[in-house]
Amino acid sequence: MLNYILRRGFYGFLILLGVNLFTFLLFFTVNTPDDMARLNIGGKRVTQEQIEKWKTERGYDKPLYVNDKASGLDKLTDTVFWDRSVSLLALKFGRSDARSATDIGHEIRTRMWVSLQLAVPLFVLQVFASVGFALLLVFFKNSRIDFWGVVACVLMLSISSLFYIIVGQFLFSRMFRLVPISGFAPGLDAVRFLILPVALSLLSRLGGEGRLYRAMFLEEIGRDYVRTARAKGLSEPRVLFRHVLPNALIPIITSAGSYLPYVFLGSLVFESFFGIPGLGAYVIDAISGQDFAILRSIVFIGSLLYIATYILIDIAYTWVDPRVRLS
Amino acid sequence: MPKIVFLWSDVVVMLLVLALLAYGWRIRGSVNLRASWTKVFHDPAALCSAVILLVFLGVAVVDSVHFRRALQSAGGAQQVQAYSTRTESLLDVVFSTQVEGRETTYSRPLATRAFTKDSREVNGRTERIFPRLDHGGAHLKDDEAEWAGDVARRALLGLAIGLAVALAIGAGVAAVVARVNGWTWRQAVVQLRLNQTDLPLRAGLVTVLVLCAVFGPVFALATQYHVFGTDRTGNDVLYQAFKSIRTAFVIGTLSTVATLPLAVALGILAGYFKGWIDEVIQYLYTTLSSVPNVLLIAACVLMMQVFIDTHPDLFETGAERADVRLFLLCVILGLTGWATLCRLLRAETMKLRELDYVQAATAFGVSDWRIMLRHIFPNVVHLIIITTVLDFSALILYEAVLSYVGVGVDPSMNSFGGMINLARNEMSRDPVVWWSFAAAFSFMVALVLAANLFADGVRDAFDPRSRIFRPRRNPLGRLARPEAAPAASSSTPSAPASR
Repeated sequence: MLNYILRRGFYGFLILLGVNLFTFLLFFTVNTPDDMARLNIGGKRVTQEQIEKWKTERGYDKPLYVNDKASGLDKLTDTVFWDRSVSLLALKFGRSDARSATDIGHEIRTRMWVSLQLAVPLFVLQVFASVGFALLLVFFKNSRIDFWGVVACVLMLSISSLFYIIVGQFLFSRMFRLVPISGFAPGLDAVRFLILPVALSLLSRLGGEGRLYRAMFLEEIGRDYVRTARAKGLSEPRVLFRHVLPNALIPIITSAGSYLPYVFLGSLVFESFFGIPGLGAYVIDAISGQDFAILRSIVFIGSLLYIATYILIDIAYTWVDPRVRLS
Repeated sequence: MPKIVFLWSDVVVMLLVLALLAYGWRIRGSVNLRASWTKVFHDPAALCSAVILLVFLGVAVVDSVHFRRALQSAGGAQQVQAYSTRTESLLDVVFSTQVEGRETTYSRPLATRAFTKDSREVNGRTERIFPRLDHGGAHLKDDEAEWAGDVARRALLGLAIGLAVALAIGAGVAAVVARVNGWTWRQAVVQLRLNQTDLPLRAGLVTVLVLCAVFGPVFALATQYHVFGTDRTGNDVLYQAFKSIRTAFVIGTLSTVATLPLAVALGILAGYFKGWIDEVIQYLYTTLSSVPNVLLIAACVLMMQVFIDTHPDLFETGAERADVRLFLLCVILGLTGWATLCRLLRAETMKLRELDYVQAATAFGVSDWRIMLRHIFPNVVHLIIITTVLDFSALILYEAVLSYVGVGVDPSMNSFGGMINLARNEMSRDPVVWWSFAAAFSFMVALVLAANLFADGVRDAFDPRSRIFRPRRNPLGRLARPEAAPAASSSTPSAPASR
């Protein structure tokens, strides 16, 4: 077990290196720091001096990979690559490109908790709602409920999540005035602000996931052990909950687990629509402000979380399915 | 003489249509393919959605023929012919009343007066009134008295024309059915009405009827009114919705097509050769897929944006710049999205290469490339088709999110994402400006729903395993009425005129 985790961890590290290299190439060689400086300063006439100043302030004036002027180990460490890419591995994010030059690490640490408050309840409820809905459809297989349930699923997954947000916000915040339109408050007050985004997000993914899980359950239901269980005279609910559900959990874990990175990163769209100051909203701000330093850091964190998630999922497999041996 | 402009995405749309036709030709020639595709169209939902998709595709193709009008030259014949800086498409010509009938600001659907009050001179005094629109209902003298009658008259006329067109199409289909089956025309009509034809043509014709009944009145009203109102700058919303169809289509198809070369080549290579090639390819796609998708796309699009901004001299017109952005967005979506299909193809190739016929080919000394091309690739094509149609609708939905995030298509280009984005602010106005939202919603749901249903039909036909997931309302009903299910008994397409 430990051996396996170590090996996966090492492979994950290799992938992280790849991601890092890739983002560095993307951000620094497709466009030179000069281009980015020009864009960030804005305006039509940007002098070379302004660009140089902008670059020096943010440390982009160093050479990209090898610093010939420095000596010894500094040849490698006194470069943009070292400052901006390698240091990410030590979770040192540096400062943002914007004029305020906030500390990215600090921002991430504070915003992370806000995102978690939205995402953890959402993640848990999502699994329960989707699995429950799918089980309902499977329980009434080949009946009217199943048929119209699947029709509703297809209809729901054909509607963009943005529509759910706009209509939901309009109905519940503007017409019925049940919850505030947007914003956030710490502590217990947060519930008032979070309940609508959580509900809408649940609804917007229910169609797709409900249908997917239904297919997974149906696949299990066609197996021999289910027939045996029924032949023994077990009641249908017992067959479903005791026999089918645990076996269908494996694909469901994989599918639900792929959302885990977003549990930390927060939902980009929902956070920015509802004015929740989490990581998702941070990303949107960075994109609209064209702050590449923030984006690079978030990309790094995102892939770190992704890799960690997949190792977790693999460990979860052994827990739900004793047949899976980690070797 | 206008100058025909070939934008990047136009070329791709045309190539795609040609490829579709070529594939259609291939289906005609191959018994297996024909059987599979007939199976797709045996599903009434798939047939109906195919009709709707075809209409949308038609709009997209018409909107992909771009040209720039020639300007009146001021002087001698020697002068170089100048062209307008505005790039138009054939669709703009169709909607020329909408393009030219610009109002100043918001107006309600079918309105004759503006949505907001304005200071106008009335009987020598300046008053705050709702002024008449410049174009919407401008032909009415007394708009309050005549409006209802005029709208009803136009709508009924449009409905009548629409029904006539639908009937004509129905008669045409009946004629074709009669010819193919060797029936008389009258027999064919009866068979169609009883839904006794080989394909569920009745459902398809009902779809045509509904489309005609909806679009007949819409177009009849659109000659004098703004059917979906106007947006903040006074542009017709119906026109914008139609323009957005092409953007959605291009994103939906081009992005998946862009994933194919990498996904297919690398997937088959990895599955076939295994060993270190497999390791390297696996590493590549794991790395790529470990970056959250939206972030990766955002990063790439921003980089592309910087490039476009710093090289303004590369693009002659604004439309060209917007189009290059759309094109590159699709390429980015393709380059970041090939991991899933690649993984799928790798697994399938691994399974296939152990099969006897591949082993036999190896034993005969067929080269590796030839085996991959002749024996493995044709047997994974169904996976490619399924993925392509399934991704289509997902990508259209994705475009809306990307536009919201700010990394979607160019703001000057009409797209559903852009419409929703603007609608967000409009919905918080008081009174509510709901029509842009409604237009984007109805068009997008129609398109995505049709795409989803069609994709389901394709998946069921090409992947027999997936058919068990189809919900059946009445599983015994089929057995009780065997004559009602001709699809089951004659799944192989019968030869023409074999009664």
